[in-house]
Amino acid sequence: MSSNNSSLLLKNVSLIDAGQNRDEKNLDILLQAGKVAEIAPAISFAADQVIDLDGAWVMPGAIDLHVHLREPGFEYKETILSGARAAVAGGFTSIACMANTRPVNDSAAVTRFILEQAAVAPAKVLPIAAISKGMAGEELVEMGDLSAAGAVAFSDDGKTVANSKLLRHALEYASLFNKPLLCHCQDNALFADGVIHEGMISAAHGLPGIPTLAEDIDIARSIMLAEYLKVPIHICHLSTAEGVRLVRSAKARGVKVTAEATPHHLFLDERAVIDLACGEVLDDSLKPEQLRYNTVTKMSPPLRSVVDVRALREALADGTIDAIATDHAPHETTEKAVEYELAPFGVIGLETAVALGLRLIKEKVLTPLELTARLSLAPAEILGLDDRGSLAVGMAADLMIVDPELEWTVDPEKFYSKARNTPFAGWRMPGRVVKTIVDGKVVFNL
Amino acid sequence: MGFEHKDLLGTRDLSAIEIRSLLESAESFKEIAERPLKKVPALRGKTVVNLFFEPSTRTRTSFEIAAKRLSADAVNMSASTSSVVKGESLLDTVDNIQAMAPDIIVVRHKFVGAAHMIAERVGARVVNAGDGANEHPTQALLDLLTISEHKRLGPGLTVAIIGDIAHSRVARSNIWALTTLGVTVRVCAPPTMLPRELEKIPGLVVCERPEEALAGVDVVMMLRIQLERQDRLLFPSIRDYARIFGLNRQRLDLAAADAIVMHPGPINRGVEITSEVADGSRAVILNQVSNGVALRMAVLFLLGGQSYE
Repeated sequence: MSSNNSSLLLKNVSLIDAGQNRDEKNLDILLQAGKVAEIAPAISFAADQVIDLDGAWVMPGAIDLHVHLREPGFEYKETILSGARAAVAGGFTSIACMANTRPVNDSAAVTRFILEQAAVAPAKVLPIAAISKGMAGEELVEMGDLSAAGAVAFSDDGKTVANSKLLRHALEYASLFNKPLLCHCQDNALFADGVIHEGMISAAHGLPGIPTLAEDIDIARSIMLAEYLKVPIHICHLSTAEGVRLVRSAKARGVKVTAEATPHHLFLDERAVIDLACGEVLDDSLKPEQLRYNTVTKMSPPLRSVVDVRALREALADGTIDAIATDHAPHETTEKAVEYELAPFGVIGLETAVALGLRLIKEKVLTPLELTARLSLAPAEILGLDDRGSLAVGMAADLMIVDPELEWTVDPEKFYSKARNTPFAGWRMPGRVVKTIVDGKVVFNL
Repeated sequence: MGFEHKDLLGTRDLSAIEIRSLLESAESFKEIAERPLKKVPALRGKTVVNLFFEPSTRTRTSFEIAAKRLSADAVNMSASTSSVVKGESLLDTVDNIQAMAPDIIVVRHKFVGAAHMIAERVGARVVNAGDGANEHPTQALLDLLTISEHKRLGPGLTVAIIGDIAHSRVARSNIWALTTLGVTVRVCAPPTMLPRELEKIPGLVVCERPEEALAGVDVVMMLRIQLERQDRLLFPSIRDYARIFGLNRQRLDLAAADAIVMHPGPINRGVEITSEVADGSRAVILNQVSNGVALRMAVLFLLGGQSYE
């Protein structure tokens, strides 16, 4: 992909890159042979292509630790290609896809299939293999074989590895290959038949609740295992204030724990279940009746309380939460157009996450530099990708160009994803990804 | 009468004025049950579909009798005869019913929000006859109608609701309707059947023990214990539940001397209520059933949109 020798010169750039700790205006960036070749105030080079960015932001391409691409098996929901198109339209240049396909990605054959399909995709697709065969929680996958085939991490995401002995051995064995385990933390018995956060909305509306405890107990168990074994562990989609406290105190005593949070958990709380607008001024694409019990508010873990959202934002700001990941979970519209309790869990996020990140800057939760750390640098470090996550000279030329002043309204009908199940339809966004570049080539142009 | 809604989905959305005018209207329908010919032509030519996705005998029968006494054509559709068993989605089922142009659809469904989903989809007016553990507005309104026969419904009145609050749509609809009218509501349940954060609902008093909930109360509302819930580890045994939470003669003595006893039915005798109390002079359980027909006539008449001659 990057064997070409072509060159692209970006003029008049505002570079924002946590990896180099640079937030500087009036720079030129030369991309050559798929890599960052030079960064300087004024580069005079006869490049094949020159783009004047007129002060727009250049940030390292976002790296999503957590997406569901549904292929193989559920191509009607999303394919590797449609998911990758959605990714680059949203500023993501690398996406790590979870193993809960059909068949499950628990063998080198499936991993290779994903990589073959991804060869024509505009984003870099990184297969995450299952922890257990068939994600059944009983036997370990062949981690060595899968690593050799290209798996970047292991996860039974969507399910928890309930057997602590199996999880222990998975952590021990994966450390042989320096591959992280990405843990979906959930105590199944406490989760039970819950569909929304157990709190004031479930109390008032009779929808079965999912207690924060279901998540917290399993986060505690996962951290204890990692601490005991002295191995790294990554916590997926952290959603609770107590989970934040557990991760923060574990980090303070030196446990190698990292965590991600999703944009929906950072922007929405349980009240969205009965009022999707929830204080947001939406355009009129949704009828008032559609704001109640809308299944685009159903995901696991669920939208939590206001207190949890506040704790997540604080944790994102102070670095307790290392990364923003979307948990992009496409479902066909008709699958979601059912009774709330019957609807599948999950929302999409690839085409709104970076824009919501820009809102976090507007809302003074993050600085621009911190945003690139959460979207790019930290995810690359967690997955051990040393060629990306920053735009230092020599790194892959994977980047997004952002117009921080280009306001737009989220319209799911215009998504590149096959799916429309976003809770952010009608939201005003303060800025937008206008170009995405992978290996020095423009793969998305607004 | 200033009813601002297309549908009756819950008591949560009703104002005090709307509740009171529905009760007044129901009051005027009561006497029809006393006539030798129990029929008025109010909804002649209107079609009422009773769409029941969950088994129910008494609520469905009550709606059916109410519709027929108003001269509407009442059609019953239950899940076992509908296409749900063939895997059809709720919206497809409802689209098909809508295509037959009913005027009113009465819905009972095991999941929260099903009636709302249908109401949003169809032109017909929808009455929620129970959606999961969320709402059962006509039950609450008939309970209020029954209370109003004995008590002044408003501030100063105290109602105790005792039983499986967490899984009860009857409890929720009563809580919204009663608190809207300024009635003090006490709820009492084993901690395993009390929703977390329930105490955040304004106007609600959460009691740990039935004795505390019953003290001096004007109305006692006992909820049915669903015996099949036992396997969900919510309480150790029926016997234990009956001992601690069941309404017996001694406990009832804690309530006001003129307190009335209500139950939405069907009763588990000897579990949440002893036969002595259920059949006693303070019980108004069968009045609730009679009032159910009058109240549902009022609701169907209101939504059927024709003046009563």
